[in-house]
Amino acid sequence: MGTPRAGGRAVLPGVGPLIFLTVGSHEPFDRLVRGVDLWCGAAGKGDQVMGQITARANYRPKHFRSVESLEPEAFSQVFEEAACIVSHAGMGTIISALDSGKPIAVMPRRGHLNETRNDHQYATTRQFADYPGLLVAESEEDLAPTLDRLISLDTTNNAIPRYADTALLGALRSIIHLGGENNGNG
Amino acid sequence: MRAKHAPKVMAIASAGGHWVQLMRLVPAWDGCNVIYVTTNPGFRKAVEAAATARTQDKPRFFSVAEANRWQKARLVLSFAQIAWVILTTWPDVIVTTGAAPGFFAVWIGKRLGMRTVWIDSIANAEEISLSGQKVGKHATLWLTQWEHLAQAEGPYYRGSVL
Repeated sequence: MGTPRAGGRAVLPGVGPLIFLTVGSHEPFDRLVRGVDLWCGAAGKGDQVMGQITARANYRPKHFRSVESLEPEAFSQVFEEAACIVSHAGMGTIISALDSGKPIAVMPRRGHLNETRNDHQYATTRQFADYPGLLVAESEEDLAPTLDRLISLDTTNNAIPRYADTALLGALRSIIHLGGENNGNG
Repeated sequence: MRAKHAPKVMAIASAGGHWVQLMRLVPAWDGCNVIYVTTNPGFRKAVEAAATARTQDKPRFFSVAEANRWQKARLVLSFAQIAWVILTTWPDVIVTTGAAPGFFAVWIGKRLGMRTVWIDSIANAEEISLSGQKVGKHATLWLTQWEHLAQAEGPYYRGSVL
């Protein structure tokens, strides 16, 4: 069964990736890409990794395939095909991984290294440190052991609910319907 | 299916994490007349598919320029595009999870008497975003997704997208 996926394999010739590395769509994150590349070289995992590293990436991986960016549909497809995710500590990727029940390893961008304007990703990793299925590498030194743990994690689907807290949805509904009916504009 | 005079809701967020969070709020505007605004035209199919999956009518969709705080010319373009979409669609309610497009939309919507909701990104776990600090008090409803950041005069905590 399943729907046809025309063009999907054009992004990924051959076997689909088991590990999808993404650094988000905006800024490069060379420290993470280099760390994953070194791990691939040492662990011989390069053929299992697919990376999305942005156009302004200075470090180009030697051991795994990478692209600068992926259109939303291609991104979703690679994400769906991956067994696990490696990423910066961006909430978009974290939520997407939790939502699909895929284990994820994150390394935070740091403010003092000018990887973000502040240390909000570091804050994120502290808040989510104990979240099931989410591993944190605080820095590149922790990356290799974290990736070793990631690929040994049980990938049994334990996806979170698809939508927000019912309390939050309720708060939005009450303000959306507060004014009653549309006064007819448009 | 929506009633003849269903509320018109603009759901707006920049691409990336803000958008992923907005997509987790979709059930809140079931039955409404929905207008999505983001910075990546590639999301059109996803919102149409999401609406179909929830047996909702096809939403409207607009893509505007992406800009960060350092790209002044693109910010001006983005502001103009968002102002145009708001003026031509005239939503009853504007809901945003950030960042710059949501900031503009709340600022404009407030001046036009629309109801506005700013939901600070869950990525801001230790302090409210700069945008939120500036525009939150202008919003009809200002929310944080972290209970420890809630304050009596706002932002309030009403749960999170997780």
